[in-house]
Amino acid sequence: MSFEFPILSLVIWLPIVFGIAVLATGNDRNANSARVISLIGAILGFIAAIPLYSNFNSASGTMQFVEHLVWFERFNVNYHVGIDGISMPLILLNCFITPLVIVAGWEVIKDRVSQYMGAFLLMSGIVNGVFASLDAILFYVFWEASLIPMFLIIGIWGGPNRVYAAIKFFLYTLLGSLLMLIAFIYLYQTSGGSFSIQDYHQLAIPLTPQILIFVAFLLAFAVKVPMWPVHTWLPDAHVEAPTGGSVVLAAILLKLGGYGFLRFSLPIAPDASHYLADMMIALSLIAVVYISLIALIQADMKKLIAYSSVAHMGFVTLGFFLFNAIGIEGAMVQMISHGFISGAMFLCVGVLYDRLHSRQIADYGGVVNKMPIFAAFFMLFAMANAGLPGTSGFVGEFMVIMASIKTNFWYAFLAATTLIFGASYTLWMYKRVIFGAVASPAVQQLNDISKREFAILAILAIAVLWMGLYPYPVTEVMHATIDHLLVHVSNSKL
Amino acid sequence: MQKLYLLVPLAPLLGALLAGLFGRYIGRNWSHRITISLVFASFLASIVIFFDVLDGNTFNGSVYTWLISGDTRFEVGFLIDQLSATMMIVVSFVSLMVHIYTIGYMHDDAGYQRFFSYISLFTFSMMMLVMSNNFLQLFFGWEAVGLVSYLLIGFWYTRPTAIYANMKAFLVNRVGDFGFLLGIAMVLMYFGSLDYATVFLQAPEKVDETIAIIPGTSWLIITVICILLFVGAMGKSAQFPLHVWLPDSMEGPTPISALIHAATMVTAGIFMVARMSPLFELSETALSVILVIGGITTLFMALVAVVQNDIKRVVAYSTLSQLGYMTVALGASAYSAAIFHLMTHAFFKAVLFLGAGSVIIAMHHEQDMQKMGGLRRYMPITYATMFIAALASAGVPGFSGFFSKDAIIEAVHYANVPGVGFAYFCVLFTVFVTALYTFRLIFMTFHGATRMDEHTKGHLHESPWVVTLPLVILAIPTVAAGWFIGPIVFGDYFNQVIQVLPQHNAIERLGAEFTGVGGMMIHALSTLPFWLSVAGIFTAWYLYNVRTDIPEKIRLRFGFLYNLLDRKYYIDELYSWLFAKGARTLGTALWKFGDIKIIDGFFVNGTARAVAFSASLVRRYQTGYIYHYAFTMIVGIFIILTLWLY
Repeated sequence: MSFEFPILSLVIWLPIVFGIAVLATGNDRNANSARVISLIGAILGFIAAIPLYSNFNSASGTMQFVEHLVWFERFNVNYHVGIDGISMPLILLNCFITPLVIVAGWEVIKDRVSQYMGAFLLMSGIVNGVFASLDAILFYVFWEASLIPMFLIIGIWGGPNRVYAAIKFFLYTLLGSLLMLIAFIYLYQTSGGSFSIQDYHQLAIPLTPQILIFVAFLLAFAVKVPMWPVHTWLPDAHVEAPTGGSVVLAAILLKLGGYGFLRFSLPIAPDASHYLADMMIALSLIAVVYISLIALIQADMKKLIAYSSVAHMGFVTLGFFLFNAIGIEGAMVQMISHGFISGAMFLCVGVLYDRLHSRQIADYGGVVNKMPIFAAFFMLFAMANAGLPGTSGFVGEFMVIMASIKTNFWYAFLAATTLIFGASYTLWMYKRVIFGAVASPAVQQLNDISKREFAILAILAIAVLWMGLYPYPVTEVMHATIDHLLVHVSNSKL
Repeated sequence: MQKLYLLVPLAPLLGALLAGLFGRYIGRNWSHRITISLVFASFLASIVIFFDVLDGNTFNGSVYTWLISGDTRFEVGFLIDQLSATMMIVVSFVSLMVHIYTIGYMHDDAGYQRFFSYISLFTFSMMMLVMSNNFLQLFFGWEAVGLVSYLLIGFWYTRPTAIYANMKAFLVNRVGDFGFLLGIAMVLMYFGSLDYATVFLQAPEKVDETIAIIPGTSWLIITVICILLFVGAMGKSAQFPLHVWLPDSMEGPTPISALIHAATMVTAGIFMVARMSPLFELSETALSVILVIGGITTLFMALVAVVQNDIKRVVAYSTLSQLGYMTVALGASAYSAAIFHLMTHAFFKAVLFLGAGSVIIAMHHEQDMQKMGGLRRYMPITYATMFIAALASAGVPGFSGFFSKDAIIEAVHYANVPGVGFAYFCVLFTVFVTALYTFRLIFMTFHGATRMDEHTKGHLHESPWVVTLPLVILAIPTVAAGWFIGPIVFGDYFNQVIQVLPQHNAIERLGAEFTGVGGMMIHALSTLPFWLSVAGIFTAWYLYNVRTDIPEKIRLRFGFLYNLLDRKYYIDELYSWLFAKGARTLGTALWKFGDIKIIDGFFVNGTARAVAFSASLVRRYQTGYIYHYAFTMIVGIFIILTLWLY
């Protein structure tokens, strides 16, 4: 076997190494070098990830770029990583968002710059690790590790109520993942001593343990997504987190939950998945309708977008449990698109917050008069959030609605209400913040976006439009993997 | 030829991008030069394509693959046939006129480049809509024109009324799109494709298939699909009860009221149903629904127009009513008549709107007709063109509106789906109302005494040529477009495109009686619609030119009726209470009670409190005294021994 360059390990560890290097720059006297090193690390991280796409064989549904090293021989724990059509787009999304977040925090963060930037780089590498892990223990380590940087980001650079939010975030997600660990231990026993996730996919398990495993995974993943009713940590976390934290939280961390369903719940417990599908769909639809109504009346922009995130992620879980190709691919597309759009929405709020230090809708009004370029970007992202065709926001929702009507007319009916609700809460907020006459002396003082902000928003705008107008390449890499998954899910393992 | 197809939508898109992104660098003049030339190119290409289609060269093909998922391909592609070629000409022609007109109308506006960018973007979106060969792209264009409409209604974004109206327009349209998207989803589910040709080919096989939407009931899937699609048309073409956004859309600048909210975008729903005729023909129930909805809109919106004093609102309600005519025609399976009325209406309504705009410029942005009067002496060109358009609108023989409207009324007369009696009454009576409100506008604005203040009066003058030229050019088809009724409606022009089942084919019966344009006019003199129209014009003349005191007396005498019409049947109030306030109340309740009280209060913080509480209990045992611990150990050993022994 010839030596292959471990690209995947590079993608995981390069940001972590840079993160540690940034931390080494120490205190704020070296803030600038911290910024520059972080940006270089983030960009290199993205460049390193490009071969994952360009050398990806989309005809194959199996794992690619696989690396296998023994870690703890006694317990058969391995450093086993690899990617397929589900994890590869998510890794690319993560590597794409990281440089944007670094740049977004460029001038805004003045305290403990190296720690802030370092946390994001560490987070980026850890999240890549989660998506790439094929060993349950490795996965679990990365999964839990991803909590720490975010906990610190919220707890240190957050708003006035940051401690409550950080602890709520931490405990909520930790509690969920503990049951997942128990499920892993059970699977380790049943499989005769393997922590390989792919081995678990082949295990025959009776229905009752399957349901228990499903529920254990469900708690871990549902909290992350977040699904109703375990979503209440998200608005608090978003409101208190700094802009960059919100972006990563919405764009990347929520996707860990969605990814978990596809990697663990569906293939390991397919019978339980079918058995509980109605419940999962019901929870997803509650997220779409109930959460949208709550989003409508929020007075705080970040809270509104946080609730809108929950509603949009409802489409992800809805798509998964329809068990057909267009539904699951639609859910994947929705996850990636939501990464762009919610990231952009939080950045837009951040742009305003940096200037006026308020997230209250009522403190704004008539911003377009002073910030026309910003208003144009915000309009695009607001429309994408409302699922306008031609933007990425439409594609996933469209696919999931098309898929859900095959299962039940009323599923599609309730899901499609997002057309009305999504437009209502987004455009009503937009109207009150952006349109109108200049509402206050503070608004009168606003300056339009800087070149730095323009660059970030423009990149995201291109991503949103490109994916809306030509989603073909995005779904092309998933087909084989999702077909493979569907075959797996349709075979009973009892 | 296929490159030319691409040019039609892409040229305006390029113009929109240039004017929108680089407007501040290229300046005002270059913005309008570029966008107008590109729209003109699109218009020329449309003409070439039109004649090519007349030669029999239709096209149905894909441009690129948007997405493949499962077994389904989603394509972006063009279908060029008689229907789309007609629409392309109408859209690009009216758009070109409005582009030119805008130079004059928006002359002093700070958002000049932005405006040109938007209307070019609109032209692009509308072209994508009409040229589509599949439902997905149709939906793209459908929502894209909605977006541009939203941007343009709110063009003057500092006005509270404008930014309220644009949000309302978008949301009401979204309600329609909600149904539309479900309809598309049903199409995909049952036909396995979103391509028109594939779907239409399979449609006859699905006539008997049913679905239990509510368990235990049985619905024909074709009926469900058609009604859902029609809900989309109700939103876009402002049919009752989703009509509420269109009158408010008049907050936008007048050129777009003409282009988007009269001539083109609002007719997208009509176009769509005509395009889907192979589906709609298969469902008598859906046709019935369309007839009744159209009938209601025709009559009741026309009545509202009679009491409006804002010149643009009169025209707006007139648009609603005329859209109702087209919808009724669709319900009567007279698709070609609907499209023909769509076309003539595009011309005469564009003249009415642009003329109203010309009046508004002259009046220094005063829109209240009570403060106008006698303007014909100052604005002869505007007056003449608007008068022609009014005659066309009232359906006076010889003018375009007469031919299209008469065809619709006669077709409804011959139709036989349920609800046709009601619809026939509506379209017939509305002829009188239409003539009344149209000429009320003419008399109040252009005749009688001048009622404006002296300052305004001193500055009254005809608008510049960029404004009057489009009026004059548009006035030509306002008269002449109707003369082509023979080939377009009764001939075989639409034969390849529109399918009508023999039992619905009222148009064919009409066609058999059709003896030419002159014959139709002579025949009309002995029919009811003609005399209703004359009566309407006469009433308007008498009430608003001769005895101008009578309307006030009527208003006082029938106060209740007047209020009902003036407040538009209180539908806005009902919606804002039921939906806007209702949703907010529900949202607040779910948030305060569901999220904060139950989930966070009881479960999350409750868990935290329970842990803290049990910890506080357990803590009491951690006293730190050795003898407490020793005592506990002894008790423990005692219990264990007891259990072990027995």
